[in-house]
Amino acid sequence: MAVAATGHVTGPGDAATPGPAGPDPAVAAGPAGRAPYGLLAPGLLWLAAFFVAPIAVLFVTSLMVPVPGGDIGQFQPALDVGNYAQAVVEYWQIFLRSFWYGLLATVFALLVGYPLAYVIAVRARGRPTLQQFMLVLVIAPFFTSFIVRTLAWRQILADEGPVVGVLQALYLLPPDGRLTATSIAVVAGLTYNFLPFMILPIYAALGRLDLRLVEAGQDLYASPFTTFLRVTWPLSLPGVVAGTLLTFIPASADYVNATLLGNPGTRMIGNVIDAQFFNVVDYPLASALSFVLMAAIVVLVAAYVRRAGTEDLV
Amino acid sequence: MSVAEPSAGPSPGPAPAAGGADLHLEALTKRFGAMTAVDAIDLTVPAGSFFALLGPSGCGKTTTLRMVAGLEEPTAGTIRIGGADVTGTPPHRRPVNTVFQSYALFPHLSVIDNVAFGLRRRGRPKAREEAMAALELVELAHCAGRRPGQLSGGQQQRVAPARAVVNRPAVLLLDEPLGALDLKLRRQMQVELKGIQHEVGLTFVHVTHDQEEAMTMADTVAVMNGGRIEQLGPPAELYERPRTAFVANFLGQSNLVPGYATPTVGGALEVRLDAGAEQLLTAPRERAGGLSGRVLVGVRPEKVYLVPGDGSAPTDEEVPAGVNVLGPGKVVDVSFAGVSTQYLVDVPGLVTQTVFSQNLDQARVRPGDLVRLAWARQHTFVLPGDQDLSAGRAED
Amino acid sequence: MRRRVRLGDWLLPLLAVLAFVYLFVPIAYTIAFSFNDAPRANRVWQGFTLDNWRDPCAARGVCEAVATSLQVGLLATLVATVLGTALALALVRHRFRFRSTTNLLIFVPMATPEVVLGASLLTQFLNLGVPLGFQTVVIAHIVFCLSFVVVTVKARVATLDPALEQAAADLYAGPVQAFWRVTFPLLLPGIMAAALLSFALSFDDFIITNFNSGNLDTFPKWVYVAAVRGLPAEANVIGSAMFVIALLLVAIGRLASLRRRAG
Repeated sequence: MAVAATGHVTGPGDAATPGPAGPDPAVAAGPAGRAPYGLLAPGLLWLAAFFVAPIAVLFVTSLMVPVPGGDIGQFQPALDVGNYAQAVVEYWQIFLRSFWYGLLATVFALLVGYPLAYVIAVRARGRPTLQQFMLVLVIAPFFTSFIVRTLAWRQILADEGPVVGVLQALYLLPPDGRLTATSIAVVAGLTYNFLPFMILPIYAALGRLDLRLVEAGQDLYASPFTTFLRVTWPLSLPGVVAGTLLTFIPASADYVNATLLGNPGTRMIGNVIDAQFFNVVDYPLASALSFVLMAAIVVLVAAYVRRAGTEDLV
Repeated sequence: MSVAEPSAGPSPGPAPAAGGADLHLEALTKRFGAMTAVDAIDLTVPAGSFFALLGPSGCGKTTTLRMVAGLEEPTAGTIRIGGADVTGTPPHRRPVNTVFQSYALFPHLSVIDNVAFGLRRRGRPKAREEAMAALELVELAHCAGRRPGQLSGGQQQRVAPARAVVNRPAVLLLDEPLGALDLKLRRQMQVELKGIQHEVGLTFVHVTHDQEEAMTMADTVAVMNGGRIEQLGPPAELYERPRTAFVANFLGQSNLVPGYATPTVGGALEVRLDAGAEQLLTAPRERAGGLSGRVLVGVRPEKVYLVPGDGSAPTDEEVPAGVNVLGPGKVVDVSFAGVSTQYLVDVPGLVTQTVFSQNLDQARVRPGDLVRLAWARQHTFVLPGDQDLSAGRAED
Repeated sequence: MRRRVRLGDWLLPLLAVLAFVYLFVPIAYTIAFSFNDAPRANRVWQGFTLDNWRDPCAARGVCEAVATSLQVGLLATLVATVLGTALALALVRHRFRFRSTTNLLIFVPMATPEVVLGASLLTQFLNLGVPLGFQTVVIAHIVFCLSFVVVTVKARVATLDPALEQAAADLYAGPVQAFWRVTFPLLLPGIMAAALLSFALSFDDFIITNFNSGNLDTFPKWVYVAAVRGLPAEANVIGSAMFVIALLLVAIGRLASLRRRAG
């Protein structure tokens, strides 16, 4: 009789419960019934009012034109798609740069985060106190404010800081080289800030890994590396997909790292949108840029997910 | 025996019945989309009896049980408990309690709080004392303060019925509660449950796919298949006089042979086998079931004994009058099973016949030997011939 | 025979340790420099002092910003947790025609970039003429916290054996009683985790807040603005304090749940 990690007692019948019907009985199956409106209404109304509607308003705004002869910031409803054209034509390089930085950050986060998740989920299995301790260590840094952390990196990577000194001594950096205000710092910041979003889903997937499958692989003449490649990695893929998505999407759209750790040449699309809203006060263009960003992300994610083959991410 | 009407006041749930009550199911049906899980079942369980619903997976027995508990809404039909129509009553207002297959013990409550749960919901003033008494009934009073997660499987298995029985429901439902226990523990629990039922006098409805369990524990057994009841009656009657091939094969094992039956003057049936018209089996009148024409003749393997069959017809010594003989056939398998030896015999034109011989120092029979199968005529049973003679077999 | 020490035996733990070091470097830096004796530009180490810790509110506006962040966080968490738990229960335990659409609707905010979320809400508030301030920040926070709460609680609800609620009904508990006595206590760890996550996300949020707060300062926003001139040590103090408090809370919570499972 096992007490699962959630405190739920696994009774003997549980092993037999996925009966002829197949799917998990904890999730309601069978023909559609009446919707539980009482439970759904408050949350859905909130999302409708403050997520769906704003997105719609954003879309409408993206089609607006300036009021002729009006002040800055005054626009009138129209059906002008010129903003979209402008968004793509003027800023396509920044879009590419943003996605490139996001991709780099995702890859690095995967390289750093996967071994860590593996150690916690697999190597430390059977020692729950150690596991919990390590998980706390993973999440804890993110209780200091995101801005504070990023600024700390700015100090650490500063010209007078230790890191630059070490790198110069090792001739990895030219004597007048710097780290802050470079794209390297921006990507490093992005990697760092989204690391838990990469680690936790992979940890969740690896936590469900049945180690007996790994043993079976070794029993069938696979070396440790081959076993990893052909057994562990494919089984952890849903977690990897979730982690990469949760990292790539916010990283591409971030602008704080670019502002604090970069320079005008490392501007990301988030910076542009922010500037358009608050400095230039060109709401339609800013809205159009936002939509292009969303559309690009949707396309990239859809292609990625289809190729990775994971259906249920949530 | 009647059950008090459920109260609509602050303590929902009916007053406990003095003992069990009758359960009536009338044309009870459940459809899931295009699939009919339970097909217009009619059933009466007398108060205070132990009733078993037996059948293979997917036959609709659990669905029927859940409808009685109120956890599933019937598509059609009515459910009456003690005369009161409870078809539309929600589960927390029915005088019915269930012992779930997975026990469903509340992990966040102690054992005693689990057992007292139903009592407290009904506002019983002495809930804790009654719960302790129930725990003593299952000899778990010393575990009262523990959580279910700290008990062994066998202990959890005893808390579940205690939690249900303590409420003295009009009908107690058991959904394959012994499924996951090992053999010894299961036998022990079967005896215990039967004892509880006798002591408290409740009406028990037990759902199981284990035919031995059903026969040992129940006063009445209903065999279900494909949403319908194939046969209903005391275990012995179902076993000795099955009325369909499914029941004959599902309950224990049977040898079934097809043939054409002609009634004789005395009412007995003479059956010429399809396998060979010279093979003649006789069924006495009281076993003939009023059938004629195409039939299946059946006999239980433990009623059959082997007679050497080396070609010549059996002598009167070997085969006295009043005995049916089948064969000759070749022994293809001999399995020693401790209590008995199982023989598989291949008779030309028939499916493999099974024979159970109690191990009583009789002569050894080896694979390859030629034998005849013999059994007393009154052990024969006859089934309508228009059925699949392998229905209900364990291999299905 | 002594087992050969393989590469994977020490390589993986080494990588893990390095990863942990990487995670904690800025934290260590933050904590260290919270003791720096540099009144304004906290860039170079100038000496150890406890002054910053003695009077963390010395920098103008920082404590008000922290208070605002806490208030926003608590309010947003409360609303998001209630709404989100209801949604999670509905999605797991009931089947209805637009269930997959609802799932999608809840997933999309998590996948939407913060700039877009913030910008869209800003546009709507501007169009409706709603003044930007405390209310708009809370509203915005509830939106993105909601999805995370739903996902977290859904995972917990899915592990809940439905037979338990059926058993409660079988044992004369009406729907409301069954919820409070069986479902809710068993969901509580998941709900607490969701609330904690929601609070952390809210407290730490910058981008969406920046778009929708007008003149109101939350802690992250205050730090961002102050960083232009050079981050004052008080920010380090507060960041370090947040870290230690949160660490203690989470550690206590995890140990408590471990002890509860074992005992």
